Amino acid sequence: MAATPATPGVVPGRLDAADYAANFADLHPDFDPHEAAVAADRCYFCHDAPCIAACPTEIDIPLFIRQIATGQPEAAARTIFDQNILGGMCARVCPTETLCEEACVREAAEGKPVEIGRLQRFATDRGMAEGHPFARAAPTGKRVAVVGAGPAGLACAHRLAMHGHDVVVHDARPKPGGLNEYGIAAYKTPGGFARAEVDWLLAIGGIELRHGTALGREIGLDALRADYDAVFLGVGLPGVNGLDLGGSVALRDAVDFIAGLRQTADLSTLPVGRDVVVIGGGMTAIDAAVQSKLLGAREVTIVYRRGRARMKASRVEQDHATDAGVRIVTNARPVNDPAAPAGHVAFDYVDDDQTPTGERFHLPADQVLVAIGQRLDDAPGGLAQEGGKIAVSGAGRTSLPGVWAGGDCAAGGEDLTVTAVAQGRDAAEDIHASLTR
Amino acid sequence: MADLSTDFVGITSPNPFWLASAPPTDKKYNVERAFRAGWGGVVWKTLGEAGPPIVNVNGPRYGAVWGADRRLLGLNNIELITDRPLEVNLREIKEVKRDWPDRAMVVSLMVPCTEDAWKAILPLVEETGADGIELNFGCPHGMSERGMGSAVGQVPEYIEMVTRWCKANTRMPVIVKLTPNITDIRYPARAAKAGGADAVSLINTVSSITSVNLDTMSPEPSIDGKGTHGGYCGPAVKPIALNMVAQIARDPETRGLPISGIGGVTTWRDAAEFLALGAGNVQVCTAAMTYGFRIVQEMAAGLSHWMDEKGHTSVADVVGRAVPNVTDWQYLNLNYVTKARIDQDSCIKCGRCYAACEDTSHQAISMSPERVFEVIDAECVACNLCVNVCPVEDCITMERLPAGATDLRTGLTVTDTPADWTQHPNNPAARAAE
Repeated sequence: MAATPATPGVVPGRLDAADYAANFADLHPDFDPHEAAVAADRCYFCHDAPCIAACPTEIDIPLFIRQIATGQPEAAARTIFDQNILGGMCARVCPTETLCEEACVREAAEGKPVEIGRLQRFATDRGMAEGHPFARAAPTGKRVAVVGAGPAGLACAHRLAMHGHDVVVHDARPKPGGLNEYGIAAYKTPGGFARAEVDWLLAIGGIELRHGTALGREIGLDALRADYDAVFLGVGLPGVNGLDLGGSVALRDAVDFIAGLRQTADLSTLPVGRDVVVIGGGMTAIDAAVQSKLLGAREVTIVYRRGRARMKASRVEQDHATDAGVRIVTNARPVNDPAAPAGHVAFDYVDDDQTPTGERFHLPADQVLVAIGQRLDDAPGGLAQEGGKIAVSGAGRTSLPGVWAGGDCAAGGEDLTVTAVAQGRDAAEDIHASLTR
Repeated sequence: MADLSTDFVGITSPNPFWLASAPPTDKKYNVERAFRAGWGGVVWKTLGEAGPPIVNVNGPRYGAVWGADRRLLGLNNIELITDRPLEVNLREIKEVKRDWPDRAMVVSLMVPCTEDAWKAILPLVEETGADGIELNFGCPHGMSERGMGSAVGQVPEYIEMVTRWCKANTRMPVIVKLTPNITDIRYPARAAKAGGADAVSLINTVSSITSVNLDTMSPEPSIDGKGTHGGYCGPAVKPIALNMVAQIARDPETRGLPISGIGGVTTWRDAAEFLALGAGNVQVCTAAMTYGFRIVQEMAAGLSHWMDEKGHTSVADVVGRAVPNVTDWQYLNLNYVTKARIDQDSCIKCGRCYAACEDTSHQAISMSPERVFEVIDAECVACNLCVNVCPVEDCITMERLPAGATDLRTGLTVTDTPADWTQHPNNPAARAAE
């Protein structure tokens, strides 16, 4: 008998094929041209626009929206890609509600910002359909190693290639894209977009991808420094913070759960619990919880140790989760409680300063996903660190000459795709300047 | 409840909203739908002389200018006068007037520029029981190339001559419809009055090309790859029409000549503005073509509501109220000193006022790193551009400096004694101050 949401345990196939398709369809479908024209018309073309300042890559948003309004989405895309070569992905995954759209003056005016993210999607989809928009400069003969084929590494590699340098990108995984390929919720980037975007990006030429080569495993920093004219590290945060609940409950890393989901072609084969508990308060927690629900879990609960206002996931993301039927419990911390009923996780309610209030509750859980942060494991030796990340100054310069870093692994900036793109791009410009001095 | 009924040159109608001579008034079927919807009257689409009817193009007749959400801002057309047989139109006019006696029925006419042609058609129209005629001296396309329409309307002597023929050959009131495609609307209006016209109506459409197809290099609307000059109408032409209505209303030579206001009337407010500038009623076409006949209900209810609010009991009470306030530039009070004021609470910090002033005006708005925009009184000439580009209504206002205050731009003390250019020392023709 086929499984249903009520089937106990961690099982696959809780839903009909049609439900899987609907649940994992495009969260924010593309505008049609008329919708885009109307949405673009709402932009006031602000002077020194606040939305530009709020964008880590500083895309000239009023300009690209005006280009959409005047009927040239491909030109709009070029404006976007000039600043952000992964503008297509950023249009899908940026928390615009805390970036450009939060800064939009129409948010201040009427609580309804110009839909910048969706307009960017409209432009970039059409621009990417036209092929790769950039050409390489004359070859410089310089070689640069980029470690990590995530947003930071790809942005850095593209900009370096544009300037005529030869780039080799090393990545530990079998596919490029980093979190774009393995980390982002499936419904934000359906249809193999992450992979297609990388292929489109690589069309500039001059970039060689080497998979299955991890720093500290197949390659070492010293060797890279010796073999290349410069090195850029965009390795992300491969380690995950763990939780010890005494072995009473099976815990699973949420990052790993999401990566597995993203790489599963037929979601009906993917097991998910009936009662899923997600521990954490960031985007990973939200994505793990929502996708568990969409896979057919009956009850999904996010438990976060602080209040809603302190969750790293934006309010829009929180609402997205609750709209999907996920319950969010705040100010509660998991504890190892040998007296907990079988198949339950114990939580203590805590104050904002994490002092237990003395109240304990138990949640049924046949699957517990842990999303309490990632960290930089095994940073290459010799690199100064800051707050558990690679310390950088200026445009991503590390403490070692000839080595730059950007993205989540580097200190500073939020851990966002768009921030990684900005850091990779800026490091590339700095590398270019240093190589051509 | 305000009384919306009007008596325009002896033609009564239950409200001042008439449908203009145009496609919506070409047939009994349309006109009866209009009357059922509540229109006060119609000007039947222009009749030509007896004989083979004119022909229209068989490709597109209309071109348009749209806003982003396809809101129709302006329409142009290359349709000619009625292409139905004269006798059919006359029969239907008679039937409609018989069945709707309380509605105004005016018949638009355009025949060749000979007295015989007019003498021939006038009795036929009279026989229908129509309330009046409107002489189409305005149509800018097609007919004008045959010596009719605006070809007459652009020559004041012809206007006077034809008007005189009509007045001599019919008992019906004669309304002369004027073309805006001239340099000074007062000359044709004066000619109409000199010819004995009971009223003028204006504006007819403005010669226009709405757009060019950049793939085919054809003007729009395109007929087999070519386009022509069509007549522009709709909301976009309203300011042109208001100006011309006011010019006629305040011209000493035509003052008091009844005016039927036409040009972009879309809402009750538009209608009230035409009335205030001297129109005795209004004629509508594009708004009806865009939204259907039912919009007259908003227009009538809105005008009535506004009149009640203002204590106006009749349409006549409104007509011409703003005319005394239309003056020549030289009589504007140069001692009326205002400065822009930005309400920081309602400012959304878009910076459009700053860009407009800094780039294109007087550098009279400052911008702080925190995006606080403030007016620099010493530079502000009160041009009003910031008000006009601000997306928030009433965020920026022009505030008058009180008497005794110092205008920081000029260093002069503001006085509440009016003074205009005719008295200004820089005016070589100024009268002596004392």
